[in-house]
Amino acid sequence: MGIDLPLLWAVIILFGVMMYVIMDGFDLGIGILYPFFKKKEDRDVMMNTVAPVWDGNETWLVLGGAGLMAAFPIAYAAVLSAFYLPLVFMLVGLIFRGVAFEFRFKATEHQQHFWDKAFIGGSIAATFFQGVTLGAFIHGIDAIDIHTGAYIGNDILHWLTPFSVFTGLGLVVAYALLGSTWLIMKTDGELQQRMRILTRPLAWILLAVIAVISLWTPLAHEAIAHRWFSLPNLFYFLPVPLLVALTMYHLLRTTKYAHAAPFLLTLALIFLGYSGLGISVWPNIVPPHITIWQASSPSQSQGFALIGVLLILPVILLYTAWSYYVFRGKTRHGEEYH
Amino acid sequence: MIALDALTLARVQFGFTVSFHIIFPALTIGLASYLAVLEGWWLHSRKQVYQDLYHFWLKIFAINFGMGVVSGLVMAYQFGTNWSYFSAFAGSVTGPLLTYEVLTAFFLEAGFLGVMMFGWNRVGPGLHFLSTIMVALGTLVSATWIIASNSWMHTPAGYEIVAGKVVPTDWLQVILNPSFPYRLAHMGVAAFLATALFVAAVAAWHLLRGRQQPAIRKMFSMALWMALLVAPLQALIGDFHGLNTLKHQPAKVAAIEGHWENHASPGMPLTLFGWPDMKREETRYALQIPRLGGLILAHSWDGQIPGLKEFAPADRPNATIVFWTFRIMVGLGVLMIALGVWGFYLRCRKRLYQSRAFMHFALWMGPTGIIAILAGWYTTEIGRQPWTVYGVMRTADAVSTHSALQLGISLVIFVLVYFAVFGAGIVYMMRLAQQGPILNEGKETNPGGPGQLHQPMRPLSAAPAVSKDKEQNTNPGN
Repeated sequence: MGIDLPLLWAVIILFGVMMYVIMDGFDLGIGILYPFFKKKEDRDVMMNTVAPVWDGNETWLVLGGAGLMAAFPIAYAAVLSAFYLPLVFMLVGLIFRGVAFEFRFKATEHQQHFWDKAFIGGSIAATFFQGVTLGAFIHGIDAIDIHTGAYIGNDILHWLTPFSVFTGLGLVVAYALLGSTWLIMKTDGELQQRMRILTRPLAWILLAVIAVISLWTPLAHEAIAHRWFSLPNLFYFLPVPLLVALTMYHLLRTTKYAHAAPFLLTLALIFLGYSGLGISVWPNIVPPHITIWQASSPSQSQGFALIGVLLILPVILLYTAWSYYVFRGKTRHGEEYH
Repeated sequence: MIALDALTLARVQFGFTVSFHIIFPALTIGLASYLAVLEGWWLHSRKQVYQDLYHFWLKIFAINFGMGVVSGLVMAYQFGTNWSYFSAFAGSVTGPLLTYEVLTAFFLEAGFLGVMMFGWNRVGPGLHFLSTIMVALGTLVSATWIIASNSWMHTPAGYEIVAGKVVPTDWLQVILNPSFPYRLAHMGVAAFLATALFVAAVAAWHLLRGRQQPAIRKMFSMALWMALLVAPLQALIGDFHGLNTLKHQPAKVAAIEGHWENHASPGMPLTLFGWPDMKREETRYALQIPRLGGLILAHSWDGQIPGLKEFAPADRPNATIVFWTFRIMVGLGVLMIALGVWGFYLRCRKRLYQSRAFMHFALWMGPTGIIAILAGWYTTEIGRQPWTVYGVMRTADAVSTHSALQLGISLVIFVLVYFAVFGAGIVYMMRLAQQGPILNEGKETNPGGPGQLHQPMRPLSAAPAVSKDKEQNTNPGN
């Protein structure tokens, strides 16, 4: 076999998780922004910008889970059993958020506010605990049975650290910014104007979050510091913080007048942050001990599933793009489409 | 009293979450195909009644689908959280199968669902019909992969064990494992049957209130044709499936039959009712028909099958439970066949929409499809115990090493959340069902959404709060 299957699969899973973060990011962001918009009409429009697509966006999370199980069963067992409680809380958040899409429009007037709250609470909880899991993951899992990946520690709150709480809050800000810039693109009039106003402080806060995490991680983990600050790595990775600064500058500038640019720039920002995390933990799939090669399933499994990915994923991207195209343009209240 | 150790809690949690989950996909599979038929028929005949039915069932389908998605998400993660040893051991087989399910089914459903639900006025009728077909296809493909994975756990094939982990050697054998065709047929038909019973019950409810509109009569008629066709078919498939199980999991069949040991003669009796007692190793209060068991299972007058006592006590599934879940499933199946036949008889006498006794029967039969599906799954899954992968990995070795406290916390959370959220969802579904089809309903979007005039009229709402809804509704009963 000339191909490094585990490497390919690591790329596929990184891609799948990134697609999830970007796409469900703005869905969840809308829920996080709900508290700032009290009017029912505004909330209707906000929800309707993603109602036709949110389910497909969430599916990337299932692909990440299934792909991890197929290609790196030991990592799947490790991550899911070690982060048991935060993942359960995340799932419960996603349950409330998901059904709110359906129930909110079917509830009676006086029940609707309950599903509004479910949408808000579910979105915030799902995002926060995703971020907590991410922070705990970067921090690494020690009490692992290397052979099976099962978590063998008995501390059920080992994932709860100041760092993981901070990454949890950080992700809430990141998704809120994805949501607000998405809505700049998909709405107009007064609602859009208010999104523009909200985007600036969110962008500044996110910049601060990125800065803090960029300092905190290498200070707390020697391996990560070595990865970034040893020569010649420093020169290879220097573009990352420079690009962040450049993206940020344009984001703040275009927020005042552009429609799609702020959202695209936010995507770039998220991608840069994500790549930074990737650089930090590579080639571990379960920091600090298990690499992608150690966690791999047999090549018969990785090869079989790879055929499906290579053949089907492009088709999925095509019809997903088509469904976004069908619902292109501004979502307005009280306007007839033809 | 069972000790609430981590293993028991993990099994209860899996059973609880999967029981709730299966309700939704079962109806999703049936309703998606039903919607495709309705839309196709509407395009073909241009009869308004089909379009009205399409929009009516689309709303119920949408709620049901949403609940299926979120409860399914929990299932996809539970293998890793609660059964990490199983995932590390057999993830090399179940992982790729789940990956194919996501790639070929979940994305297909999700990608076209938006167009199906909100695109009535945004794409042409041909593209919209294609979207409905794609969603229906997605549900069937999804069932195929997940049944393949589950069947493999019952009748593993096409693999070897290297260094304590499963290595797939032949994917065709893995997927087309010995019990796969039977399980797939049995579950697929069960989904159609359960949906037909649900549709028939909704129609019966309206007919009993004197609402004899064409749309309601039409769905009553369609559902009863379906029941007439698939209820007997399901019994036949079930019989074949049972023989397949006898071949591969004889202990399960012995437990289902409450059959402990063979006597010299005559052949094996069929135990109709009784109380299989695991401790005393006998079925108490048994009501038996001589020779019939052997006749059904071995297809011969003196037929015998292995009794439970031929298996070590540690390898026996709990006969007390599966004996009864199996009988509930079969008993309901007999009633379903009766419903189909009675409906056919009334149809021939031109009294299908007049017989109130029959309508009451159809109404009561509404939830039985779902109940039978649950009973069937309990039979096969509890009957697989003490194995997770049959004969290869015991359930006790598959479970994560979590403290009972952690599992207890999550179980309580799931129970509370599921009853609240899915309880509300089922209430909304029933409310929509009560409203009945609306004449000439065409614009299907959410308030504030594309194609939506800003009016208080909310066609998607199940709420009677808005008076404009009433004007839309031509039900004389309202």
